Amino acid sequence: MITWFDENGLLLGLALLDGLAYAALVFMVSVGLNLVFGVLRVLNVAHGSFYAIGAYAAASLGGMAGLPVWASLPVLLLAAVLVGLVLGPVIERILLRRIYAEEPVIQLLVTFALFMILEDAQKLVWGVQPVSNDVAVRWLGTVDVPFAGDVIPFTKYQLFLLPGVALATLVGLAWFLRRTLTGRVIVAVTVDREAATAMGIDAKKVFLLTFTAGAVLAALGGALASPTTSLVPGIGAQTIVLSFAVIATAGLGQIEGAALTALLIGLGRSVAVYFAPELEVVVPYIIMVAVLLVRPQGLFGAAEARRV
Amino acid sequence: MRRAEPWLALAGALALVAVAWAAPWLRFILTLALAKGIAVLGILLLLRAGQVSFGHAMYAAVGAYVVAFAAPSMGDVLVLLPMAMLTAGAIGLVIGLFITRYREIFFSMLNLALSMVLYSLLEKFYAITKGSDGIRVAPLSIAGMPMDGPMAGWVMFGTALTVAACFWWVARQYLISPMGEALAAIKTRETRLEFLGVSARGVLLVAYVLSAIMAGAAGAIIAMTSRHVTPLLAYWTSSGELVFIAILGGAGGVLGPFLGAVTYELIRVYAAAAFADIWQMALGLALLAVILFAPGGVWGVIAGLLRRARAT
Repeated sequence: MITWFDENGLLLGLALLDGLAYAALVFMVSVGLNLVFGVLRVLNVAHGSFYAIGAYAAASLGGMAGLPVWASLPVLLLAAVLVGLVLGPVIERILLRRIYAEEPVIQLLVTFALFMILEDAQKLVWGVQPVSNDVAVRWLGTVDVPFAGDVIPFTKYQLFLLPGVALATLVGLAWFLRRTLTGRVIVAVTVDREAATAMGIDAKKVFLLTFTAGAVLAALGGALASPTTSLVPGIGAQTIVLSFAVIATAGLGQIEGAALTALLIGLGRSVAVYFAPELEVVVPYIIMVAVLLVRPQGLFGAAEARRV
Repeated sequence: MRRAEPWLALAGALALVAVAWAAPWLRFILTLALAKGIAVLGILLLLRAGQVSFGHAMYAAVGAYVVAFAAPSMGDVLVLLPMAMLTAGAIGLVIGLFITRYREIFFSMLNLALSMVLYSLLEKFYAITKGSDGIRVAPLSIAGMPMDGPMAGWVMFGTALTVAACFWWVARQYLISPMGEALAAIKTRETRLEFLGVSARGVLLVAYVLSAIMAGAAGAIIAMTSRHVTPLLAYWTSSGELVFIAILGGAGGVLGPFLGAVTYELIRVYAAAAFADIWQMALGLALLAVILFAPGGVWGVIAGLLRRARAT
């Protein structure tokens, strides 16, 4: 590894490939957060907890004895769907449904309380020791990427699978929201809740559906991340703060915008890891502040008319 | 209610002194609670304008690190405290000039982002800040007299109580002044405020700088009391804690933050002792219970009781 460090171009190439995988994960989480905020108008702090629980659940399920290696990938999806389908509807029905009429501050705090509760719940179930399970990554193996005369092995998981899944999610979600009836109903509620309800749309159902979808997306992000890192308490907190940065930078309610911003922030962070490691954690926020200075409504957000 | 408030404040202060006297181990916790109450008072001002800062712990961290850095050369409480407040206020002014352009979620998230930037810088620049190990605060003095032993605890408790009382009075006067009343207008109809010829940004900026100064004072007191500062002071969950206390205490009255802070710290201490691993969960459940069943917070409950007492 060391000898390549003279070659800045090579290093940049590495950073970009790493960043792509990272951006894919960031996108999975932030697009769910954005969708939920667009429809429910609740900024869900506990979204990061879904990510963490998805990751832990995937590691546990994948680590069960007697599981064939080929199953290591489907298990990730299964874990995410299970977590999302259990937690999403329960939380929406029991908790969020009571606070839709409240002020944004209260809504934010309710999800913050939920975040605190889920954070300890994770520690109770999975303990505080690092958990890891990289069977899926090892099973897929590596591919040699030629780089300026050198050959660098990259895991196929990070190079193909993560960006592939993110791209499929992006295309699938865009198609679902624009071409299917249910999707269009969701968009209608996002644009104008009152008018949509007046047209006979059952907003409650839409809220439940969207929140569950968001939870599944976050859990899937976590499940996909689980084979690439070891899981420790606090990953949920990191993720939610980063996702906030992504959706505030992108502008609210944007799917493609969230994808581009996730890419921007993912690549930015990855380049920082290679060239200025001490700035790694700060880069997403620097990008966010820079963007908001120039465009207060976010990169892709529409300027809102002032309320009179 | 307003007329009863000073008497309640006095009674509360006396009760705190009595408890600190009777149970010395609680004195430390009450000092921290008072400090947090001061920071929460700042959050309350912003809440009046409908804006919630999820990053105000950064100003507390600024105050705390000012104390840690300056203590070896000039370790006097009476010098350090104004210095921490001035620094936090100056940084608040610079950031405020930019951040008061934004409202609601953007306001919350920009504060959050900036506090995380500060957190990362404090953690990464080990050579200056000693990273996550934090810095031990050098021995302090007050008005030239060195502080040590149990006396130091009492001095810090007294300092916290005095500073809290000062800010309580400042906030009270500020909120009934035209500048303070205009805050509520930002929450309801900002455009109409501008029609009156009042700069909404200016109104919010004053509140923002004031809240930064309060958080800076809180951070300084926390640093001088616990004698140890770490980057965690700036972490976003610390900011969340401040908003949490504001709601717990009730956003209705200026006493709310202190009631909230004392309640919060006591719940925290007892929850940590009773269920060591799930104190965070206990706090989360307490927060949910307050929001769902007592939306006015502790202050709301007390105000309700007082009203009922007067009616009979």
